[in-house]
Amino acid sequence: MKLVQYLYGIADNALILGQRLGELCGHGPNLETDIAMTNISLDLLGQTRSYYQYAAQILGGDATEDTIAFLRSEREYKNVLLVEQPNTDFAYSIGRQFLFDVYHLLLLQELQLSQDETLSAIAKKCIKEVQYHTRFSSDWIKRLGDGTPESKERMQNAINDLWTFTDELFHQTEADQAMVSEGIGVDVTKLKDNYYQKINEILIESTLAIPEMKYFQKGGKHGIHTEHMGYLLADMQYMQRTFPNMTW
Amino acid sequence: MTTTNIHIEPQLAEILATVSDPEIPVLSIMDMGVVRSAEMNGNIAEVTITPTYSGCPAMDVIGDDIKKALRDNGIEAKVNLVLSPAWTTDWITEKGRNALEKYGIAPPLEPEADIAALLGNQKIVKCPQCGSHNTKMISQFGSTACKAFFQCQDCQEPFDYFKCLK
Ligand SMILES: [Zn+2]
Repeated sequence: MKLVQYLYGIADNALILGQRLGELCGHGPNLETDIAMTNISLDLLGQTRSYYQYAAQILGGDATEDTIAFLRSEREYKNVLLVEQPNTDFAYSIGRQFLFDVYHLLLLQELQLSQDETLSAIAKKCIKEVQYHTRFSSDWIKRLGDGTPESKERMQNAINDLWTFTDELFHQTEADQAMVSEGIGVDVTKLKDNYYQKINEILIESTLAIPEMKYFQKGGKHGIHTEHMGYLLADMQYMQRTFPNMTW
Repeated sequence: MTTTNIHIEPQLAEILATVSDPEIPVLSIMDMGVVRSAEMNGNIAEVTITPTYSGCPAMDVIGDDIKKALRDNGIEAKVNLVLSPAWTTDWITEKGRNALEKYGIAPPLEPEADIAALLGNQKIVKCPQCGSHNTKMISQFGSTACKAFFQCQDCQEPFDYFKCLK
Protein backbone atom coordinates (compact mmCIF):
# COMPACT_ATOMS: atom_id res chain seq x y z
CA MET A 1 0.00 0.00 0.00
CA LYS A 2 3.03 2.26 0.23
CA LEU A 3 3.09 2.15 -3.56
CA VAL A 4 -0.50 3.40 -3.70
CA GLN A 5 0.40 6.27 -1.38
CA TYR A 6 3.40 6.98 -3.55
CA LEU A 7 1.21 7.04 -6.67
CA TYR A 8 -1.17 9.48 -4.96
CA GLY A 9 1.78 11.71 -4.17
CA ILE A 10 2.53 12.04 -7.86
CA ALA A 11 -0.93 11.78 -9.41
CA ASP A 12 -2.72 14.14 -7.02
CA ASN A 13 -0.43 16.95 -8.16
CA ALA A 14 -1.48 16.35 -11.74
CA LEU A 15 -5.17 16.06 -10.86
CA ILE A 16 -5.37 19.19 -8.73
CA LEU A 17 -3.30 21.30 -11.11
CA GLY A 18 -5.38 19.95 -13.98
CA GLN A 19 -8.53 20.99 -12.11
CA ARG A 20 -7.14 24.48 -11.51
CA LEU A 21 -6.26 24.87 -15.18
CA GLY A 22 -9.66 23.53 -16.17
CA GLU A 23 -11.25 26.41 -14.25
CA LEU A 24 -9.70 28.73 -16.82
CA CYS A 25 -11.67 27.14 -19.64
CA GLY A 26 -13.54 30.07 -21.17
CA HIS A 27 -11.81 32.50 -18.79
CA GLY A 28 -8.30 32.75 -20.21
CA PRO A 29 -7.01 36.26 -20.96
CA ASN A 30 -7.17 35.48 -24.67
CA LEU A 31 -8.24 32.58 -26.83
CA GLU A 32 -4.75 31.15 -27.36
CA THR A 33 -3.78 31.03 -23.70
CA ASP A 34 -7.23 29.73 -22.81
CA ILE A 35 -6.79 26.84 -25.23
CA ALA A 36 -3.19 26.23 -24.18
CA MET A 37 -4.03 26.02 -20.50
CA THR A 38 -7.02 23.76 -21.01
CA ASN A 39 -4.88 21.54 -23.25
CA ILE A 40 -2.29 21.29 -20.49
CA SER A 41 -5.15 20.51 -18.12
CA LEU A 42 -6.24 17.68 -20.39
CA ASP A 43 -2.70 16.28 -20.54
CA LEU A 44 -2.52 16.34 -16.76
CA LEU A 45 -5.89 14.64 -16.34
CA GLY A 46 -4.81 11.96 -18.81
CA GLN A 47 -1.63 11.43 -16.83
CA THR A 48 -3.64 11.27 -13.61
CA ARG A 49 -5.81 8.54 -15.10
CA SER A 50 -2.79 6.37 -15.86
CA TYR A 51 -1.57 6.59 -12.26
CA TYR A 52 -5.03 6.11 -10.73
CA GLN A 53 -5.82 3.13 -12.97
CA TYR A 54 -2.64 1.54 -11.72
CA ALA A 55 -3.49 2.40 -8.10
CA ALA A 56 -7.01 0.98 -8.53
CA GLN A 57 -5.56 -2.22 -9.89
CA ILE A 58 -3.35 -2.55 -6.79
CA LEU A 59 -6.19 -1.65 -4.42
CA GLY A 60 -8.60 -4.11 -6.05
CA GLY A 61 -12.19 -4.45 -4.85
CA ASP A 62 -14.49 -1.60 -5.84
CA ALA A 63 -11.68 0.89 -6.40
CA THR A 64 -11.64 2.61 -9.78
CA GLU A 65 -9.88 5.67 -11.13
CA ASP A 66 -13.11 7.58 -10.46
CA THR A 67 -13.51 6.56 -6.81
CA ILE A 68 -9.91 7.62 -6.24
CA ALA A 69 -10.39 10.95 -7.98
CA PHE A 70 -13.79 11.87 -6.59
CA LEU A 71 -14.49 10.06 -3.33
CA ARG A 72 -11.57 10.81 -1.08
CA SER A 73 -11.66 13.39 1.67
CA GLU A 74 -9.38 16.42 1.76
CA ARG A 75 -6.83 14.82 4.07
CA GLU A 76 -6.44 11.89 1.72
CA TYR A 77 -5.15 14.05 -1.14
CA LYS A 78 -1.36 14.21 -1.09
CA ASN A 79 -0.73 16.99 -3.59
CA VAL A 80 1.71 19.77 -2.77
CA LEU A 81 0.30 23.14 -1.67
CA LEU A 82 1.66 24.85 -4.79
CA VAL A 83 -0.75 23.22 -7.23
CA GLU A 84 -3.91 24.02 -5.27
CA GLN A 85 -3.23 27.78 -5.22
CA PRO A 86 -6.03 29.68 -6.95
CA ASN A 87 -6.09 31.50 -10.30
CA THR A 88 -6.16 34.95 -8.73
CA ASP A 89 -4.28 36.59 -11.58
CA PHE A 90 -2.95 35.30 -14.90
CA ALA A 91 0.57 35.89 -13.57
CA TYR A 92 -0.24 33.54 -10.67
CA SER A 93 -1.51 30.82 -12.97
CA ILE A 94 1.65 31.11 -15.07
CA GLY A 95 3.92 31.32 -12.01
CA ARG A 96 2.29 28.24 -10.47
CA GLN A 97 2.62 26.37 -13.75
CA PHE A 98 6.25 27.33 -14.23
CA LEU A 99 7.30 26.48 -10.66
CA PHE A 100 5.59 23.11 -11.00
CA ASP A 101 6.60 22.25 -14.59
CA VAL A 102 10.33 22.56 -13.93
CA TYR A 103 9.96 20.20 -10.96
CA HIS A 104 7.64 17.87 -12.87
CA LEU A 105 10.12 17.43 -15.71
CA LEU A 106 13.01 16.69 -13.33
CA LEU A 107 10.85 14.17 -11.46
CA LEU A 108 9.75 12.33 -14.61
CA GLN A 109 13.30 12.19 -15.95
CA GLU A 110 14.19 10.13 -12.87
CA LEU A 111 10.90 8.25 -12.65
CA GLN A 112 11.35 6.77 -16.11
CA LEU A 113 14.28 4.84 -14.60
CA SER A 114 12.01 3.26 -11.98
CA GLN A 115 12.28 -0.49 -11.37
CA ASP A 116 8.50 -0.57 -11.57
CA GLU A 117 7.70 -1.18 -15.23
CA THR A 118 4.27 0.44 -15.20
CA LEU A 119 5.52 3.55 -13.47
CA SER A 120 8.45 3.79 -15.85
CA ALA A 121 6.12 3.49 -18.85
CA ILE A 122 3.80 6.20 -17.52
CA ALA A 123 6.76 8.50 -16.88
CA LYS A 124 8.11 8.00 -20.39
CA LYS A 125 4.71 8.90 -21.80
CA CYS A 126 4.24 11.97 -19.59
CA ILE A 127 7.71 13.38 -20.09
CA LYS A 128 7.09 14.20 -23.75
CA GLU A 129 4.03 16.23 -22.80
CA VAL A 130 5.61 18.00 -19.86
CA GLN A 131 8.44 19.23 -22.08
CA TYR A 132 5.85 21.25 -23.98
CA HIS A 133 4.25 22.47 -20.75
CA THR A 134 7.61 23.68 -19.46
CA ARG A 135 8.35 25.48 -22.68
CA PHE A 136 4.95 27.18 -22.60
CA SER A 137 5.19 28.39 -19.00
CA SER A 138 8.86 29.44 -19.27
CA ASP A 139 8.01 31.42 -22.37
CA TRP A 140 5.26 33.30 -20.56
CA ILE A 141 7.46 34.01 -17.55
CA LYS A 142 9.84 35.74 -19.96
CA ARG A 143 7.10 37.60 -21.80
CA LEU A 144 5.53 38.93 -18.63
CA GLY A 145 8.78 39.41 -16.68
CA ASP A 146 10.51 41.22 -19.51
CA GLY A 147 7.31 42.92 -20.67
CA THR A 148 5.67 46.13 -19.52
CA PRO A 149 6.22 47.63 -16.03
CA GLU A 150 2.72 46.41 -15.14
CA SER A 151 3.27 42.83 -16.31
CA LYS A 152 6.70 42.74 -14.68
CA GLU A 153 5.33 43.87 -11.33
CA ARG A 154 2.50 41.36 -11.38
CA MET A 155 4.76 38.51 -12.47
CA GLN A 156 7.23 39.39 -9.72
CA ASN A 157 4.46 39.51 -7.11
CA ALA A 158 3.24 36.09 -8.20
CA ILE A 159 6.71 34.55 -8.02
CA ASN A 160 7.31 36.14 -4.62
CA ASP A 161 4.04 34.82 -3.23
CA LEU A 162 4.33 31.34 -4.69
CA TRP A 163 7.98 30.91 -3.74
CA THR A 164 6.98 29.85 -0.23
CA PHE A 165 5.48 26.65 -1.67
CA THR A 166 8.53 25.52 -3.65
CA ASP A 167 10.54 23.90 -0.87
CA GLU A 168 7.81 21.34 -0.16
CA LEU A 169 8.41 19.78 -3.58
CA PHE A 170 11.63 18.33 -2.18
CA HIS A 171 10.27 16.90 1.06
CA GLN A 172 10.18 13.14 1.35
CA THR A 173 7.21 11.35 2.84
CA GLU A 174 7.40 7.89 4.41
CA ALA A 175 5.94 6.40 1.25
CA ASP A 176 8.59 8.24 -0.80
CA GLN A 177 11.38 6.83 1.33
CA ALA A 178 10.01 3.31 1.18
CA MET A 179 9.72 3.47 -2.61
CA VAL A 180 13.17 5.04 -3.03
CA SER A 181 14.73 2.18 -1.07
CA GLU A 182 13.00 -0.32 -3.36
CA GLY A 183 14.28 1.40 -6.48
CA ILE A 184 10.74 2.34 -7.48
CA GLY A 185 10.52 5.94 -6.34
CA VAL A 186 12.55 9.07 -7.00
CA ASP A 187 14.64 10.70 -4.29
CA VAL A 188 13.23 14.20 -4.64
CA THR A 189 15.77 15.70 -2.25
CA LYS A 190 18.35 15.20 -4.99
CA LEU A 191 16.38 17.28 -7.48
CA LYS A 192 16.48 20.45 -5.41
CA ASP A 193 19.76 22.07 -6.52
CA ASN A 194 19.08 21.42 -10.16
CA TYR A 195 15.56 22.81 -9.76
CA TYR A 196 16.55 26.14 -8.27
CA GLN A 197 19.35 26.48 -10.77
CA LYS A 198 16.96 26.06 -13.69
CA ILE A 199 14.34 28.32 -12.12
CA ASN A 200 16.89 31.03 -11.35
CA GLU A 201 18.30 30.96 -14.87
CA ILE A 202 14.89 31.69 -16.35
CA LEU A 203 14.03 34.32 -13.74
CA ILE A 204 17.26 36.13 -14.51
CA GLU A 205 16.60 35.92 -18.23
CA SER A 206 13.14 37.33 -17.51
CA THR A 207 14.71 40.25 -15.61
CA LEU A 208 12.87 39.10 -12.49
CA ALA A 209 14.37 39.07 -9.02
CA ILE A 210 14.99 35.74 -7.33
CA PRO A 211 13.04 35.83 -4.05
CA GLU A 212 15.02 35.55 -0.84
CA MET A 213 13.07 33.50 1.59
CA LYS A 214 13.90 31.37 4.56
CA TYR A 215 10.42 30.39 5.60
CA PHE A 216 8.58 27.87 3.49
CA GLN A 217 5.09 26.41 3.80
CA LYS A 218 4.45 22.71 3.71
CA GLY A 219 1.80 20.14 4.56
CA GLY A 220 0.11 19.08 1.34
CA LYS A 221 2.15 15.92 1.03
CA HIS A 222 0.72 14.86 4.39
CA GLY A 223 -2.81 15.91 3.54
CA ILE A 224 -2.70 19.21 5.43
CA HIS A 225 -3.86 21.69 2.82
CA THR A 226 -4.37 25.43 2.48
CA GLU A 227 -7.87 26.88 2.80
CA HIS A 228 -8.26 26.82 -1.00
CA MET A 229 -8.33 23.05 -1.23
CA GLY A 230 -11.77 22.56 0.31
CA TYR A 231 -13.40 24.85 -2.22
CA LEU A 232 -11.61 23.15 -5.07
CA LEU A 233 -12.76 19.71 -3.93
CA ALA A 234 -16.32 20.89 -3.35
CA ASP A 235 -16.40 22.03 -6.95
CA MET A 236 -14.62 18.98 -8.36
CA GLN A 237 -16.54 16.36 -6.40
CA TYR A 238 -19.95 18.00 -6.57
CA MET A 239 -21.52 15.73 -9.20
CA GLN A 240 -20.36 12.45 -7.66
CA ARG A 241 -21.37 13.55 -4.17
CA THR A 242 -24.76 14.78 -5.27
CA PHE A 243 -25.56 11.99 -7.71
CA PRO A 244 -23.47 9.01 -6.55
CA ASN A 245 -22.25 6.73 -9.33
CA MET A 246 -23.55 9.02 -12.04
CA THR A 247 -21.95 8.52 -15.44
CA TRP A 248 -21.97 10.59 -18.61
CA MET B 1 12.42 3.15 -34.18
CA THR B 2 10.60 0.62 -32.06
CA THR B 3 8.55 -0.89 -34.83
CA THR B 4 10.40 -4.20 -35.07
CA ASN B 5 8.17 -6.24 -32.78
CA ILE B 6 4.93 -4.97 -34.21
CA HIS B 7 2.72 -7.68 -35.52
CA ILE B 8 -0.45 -6.80 -37.35
CA GLU B 9 -2.11 -9.61 -39.26
CA PRO B 10 -2.80 -8.52 -42.86
CA GLN B 11 -6.53 -9.30 -42.88
CA LEU B 12 -6.96 -7.31 -39.66
CA ALA B 13 -4.80 -4.46 -40.97
CA GLU B 14 -7.14 -4.10 -43.91
CA ILE B 15 -10.14 -3.65 -41.62
CA LEU B 16 -8.29 -1.41 -39.17
CA ALA B 17 -7.28 0.85 -42.06
CA THR B 18 -10.98 1.72 -42.42
CA VAL B 19 -11.15 3.10 -38.87
CA SER B 20 -10.41 6.80 -38.88
CA ASP B 21 -9.00 9.02 -36.17
CA PRO B 22 -12.08 10.75 -34.68
CA GLU B 23 -10.27 14.08 -34.48
CA ILE B 24 -8.59 13.94 -37.87
CA PRO B 25 -11.03 11.92 -39.99
CA VAL B 26 -8.79 11.87 -43.09
CA LEU B 27 -6.28 9.78 -41.19
CA SER B 28 -6.78 6.11 -40.43
CA ILE B 29 -5.63 4.79 -37.07
CA MET B 30 -3.10 2.71 -39.01
CA ASP B 31 -1.60 5.83 -40.61
CA MET B 32 -1.60 7.48 -37.21
CA GLY B 33 0.51 4.65 -35.84
CA VAL B 34 -1.64 4.03 -32.79
CA VAL B 35 -2.21 0.34 -33.56
CA ARG B 36 0.67 -1.57 -32.01
CA SER B 37 -0.46 -5.12 -32.70
CA ALA B 38 -3.43 -7.04 -33.99
CA GLU B 39 -3.60 -10.79 -33.85
CA MET B 40 -6.21 -13.50 -33.96
CA ASN B 41 -6.39 -15.44 -30.74
CA GLY B 42 -8.80 -18.24 -31.54
CA ASN B 43 -11.99 -16.48 -32.67
CA ILE B 44 -11.11 -13.20 -31.03
CA ALA B 45 -9.03 -10.42 -32.52
CA GLU B 46 -6.72 -8.90 -29.93
CA VAL B 47 -5.85 -5.35 -30.85
CA THR B 48 -3.37 -3.27 -28.90
CA ILE B 49 -3.42 0.49 -29.24
CA THR B 50 -1.40 3.29 -27.65
CA PRO B 51 -2.54 6.87 -26.99
CA THR B 52 -0.97 9.76 -28.85
CA TYR B 53 -1.26 11.98 -25.74
CA SER B 54 -2.18 10.87 -22.18
CA GLY B 55 -5.29 12.97 -22.17
CA CYS B 56 -6.33 12.12 -25.70
CA PRO B 57 -10.14 11.98 -25.47
CA ALA B 58 -10.27 10.01 -28.72
CA MET B 59 -8.88 6.77 -27.28
CA ASP B 60 -12.17 5.43 -25.91
CA VAL B 61 -13.88 6.23 -29.20
CA ILE B 62 -11.09 4.58 -31.18
CA GLY B 63 -11.47 1.43 -29.05
CA ASP B 64 -15.21 1.33 -29.74
CA ASP B 65 -14.72 2.04 -33.45
CA ILE B 66 -12.23 -0.81 -33.74
CA LYS B 67 -14.67 -3.23 -32.14
CA LYS B 68 -17.45 -2.05 -34.41
CA ALA B 69 -15.39 -2.28 -37.60
CA LEU B 70 -14.27 -5.81 -36.79
CA ARG B 71 -17.75 -6.87 -35.73
CA ASP B 72 -19.07 -5.61 -39.06
CA ASN B 73 -16.66 -8.10 -40.59
CA GLY B 74 -17.83 -10.89 -38.32
CA ILE B 75 -14.94 -10.70 -35.89
CA GLU B 76 -15.25 -10.08 -32.14
CA ALA B 77 -12.40 -7.98 -30.77
CA LYS B 78 -10.68 -7.22 -27.52
CA VAL B 79 -8.86 -3.90 -27.35
CA ASN B 80 -5.94 -3.30 -24.98
CA LEU B 81 -4.29 0.01 -24.24
CA VAL B 82 -0.53 0.15 -23.67
CA LEU B 83 1.64 3.14 -22.73
CA SER B 84 5.02 1.65 -23.53
CA PRO B 85 6.77 2.24 -25.83
CA ALA B 86 5.29 5.72 -25.88
CA TRP B 87 3.81 6.92 -29.14
CA THR B 88 5.96 9.14 -31.31
CA THR B 89 5.15 11.23 -34.38
CA ASP B 90 7.67 8.99 -36.21
CA TRP B 91 4.93 6.39 -36.33
CA ILE B 92 2.74 8.52 -38.55
CA THR B 93 3.18 6.96 -41.99
CA GLU B 94 4.25 8.85 -45.09
CA LYS B 95 0.70 8.43 -46.39
CA GLY B 96 -0.53 9.85 -43.11
CA ARG B 97 1.76 12.88 -43.33
CA ASN B 98 0.52 13.63 -46.84
CA ALA B 99 -3.09 13.23 -45.72
CA LEU B 100 -2.46 15.66 -42.84
CA GLU B 101 -1.05 18.30 -45.16
CA LYS B 102 -3.89 17.92 -47.64
CA TYR B 103 -6.34 18.28 -44.77
CA GLY B 104 -4.72 21.59 -43.79
CA ILE B 105 -2.48 20.45 -40.94
CA ALA B 106 1.27 20.93 -41.31
CA PRO B 107 2.99 17.60 -40.50
CA PRO B 108 5.58 17.37 -37.69
CA LEU B 109 9.20 18.43 -38.24
CA GLU B 110 12.23 16.78 -36.68
CA PRO B 111 12.90 17.66 -32.99
CA GLU B 112 15.45 20.44 -33.48
CA ALA B 113 13.50 22.07 -36.27
CA ASP B 114 10.34 21.68 -34.19
CA ILE B 115 11.83 23.62 -31.28
CA ALA B 116 13.20 26.31 -33.57
CA ALA B 117 9.78 26.67 -35.19
CA LEU B 118 7.89 26.78 -31.91
CA LEU B 119 10.25 29.33 -30.42
CA GLY B 120 9.78 31.47 -33.53
CA ASN B 121 13.52 31.35 -34.30
CA GLN B 122 13.12 29.98 -37.80
CA LYS B 123 10.45 30.18 -40.45
CA ILE B 124 10.36 26.55 -41.48
CA VAL B 125 6.78 25.40 -41.05
CA LYS B 126 5.20 25.18 -44.47
CA CYS B 127 1.73 26.62 -44.94
CA PRO B 128 -0.50 23.71 -46.00
CA GLN B 129 -2.67 26.10 -48.03
CA CYS B 130 -0.18 27.96 -50.23
CA GLY B 131 3.16 26.27 -49.50
CA SER B 132 4.85 29.41 -48.21
CA HIS B 133 7.39 29.15 -45.38
CA ASN B 134 6.66 32.71 -44.32
CA THR B 135 4.63 31.51 -41.34
CA LYS B 136 4.34 32.62 -37.75
CA MET B 137 3.65 30.73 -34.52
CA ILE B 138 0.54 32.09 -32.81
CA SER B 139 0.20 29.65 -29.94
CA GLN B 140 2.14 26.58 -28.81
CA PHE B 141 -1.15 24.82 -28.26
CA GLY B 142 -3.74 24.66 -31.04
CA SER B 143 -7.15 23.03 -31.22
CA THR B 144 -5.77 19.98 -29.40
CA ALA B 145 -2.68 19.38 -27.26
CA CYS B 146 -0.89 17.64 -30.13
CA LYS B 147 -1.01 20.72 -32.34
CA ALA B 148 0.34 24.26 -32.32
CA PHE B 149 -1.40 27.18 -33.98
CA PHE B 150 0.29 29.01 -36.84
CA GLN B 151 -0.59 31.69 -39.35
CA CYS B 152 0.68 32.10 -42.87
CA GLN B 153 1.93 35.64 -43.49
CA ASP B 154 1.53 35.31 -47.24
CA CYS B 155 -1.98 33.92 -47.70
CA GLN B 156 -2.97 34.97 -44.13
CA GLU B 157 -4.63 31.63 -43.44
CA PRO B 158 -4.36 30.30 -39.90
CA PHE B 159 -3.51 26.59 -39.64
CA ASP B 160 -2.56 23.84 -37.21
CA TYR B 161 0.93 22.39 -37.03
CA PHE B 162 1.26 18.85 -35.69
CA LYS B 163 3.97 19.09 -33.04
CA CYS B 164 6.88 16.68 -33.01
CA LEU B 165 6.62 14.15 -30.20
CA LYS B 166 9.67 11.96 -29.64
ZN1 LIG C 1 -0.20 30.33 -46.90
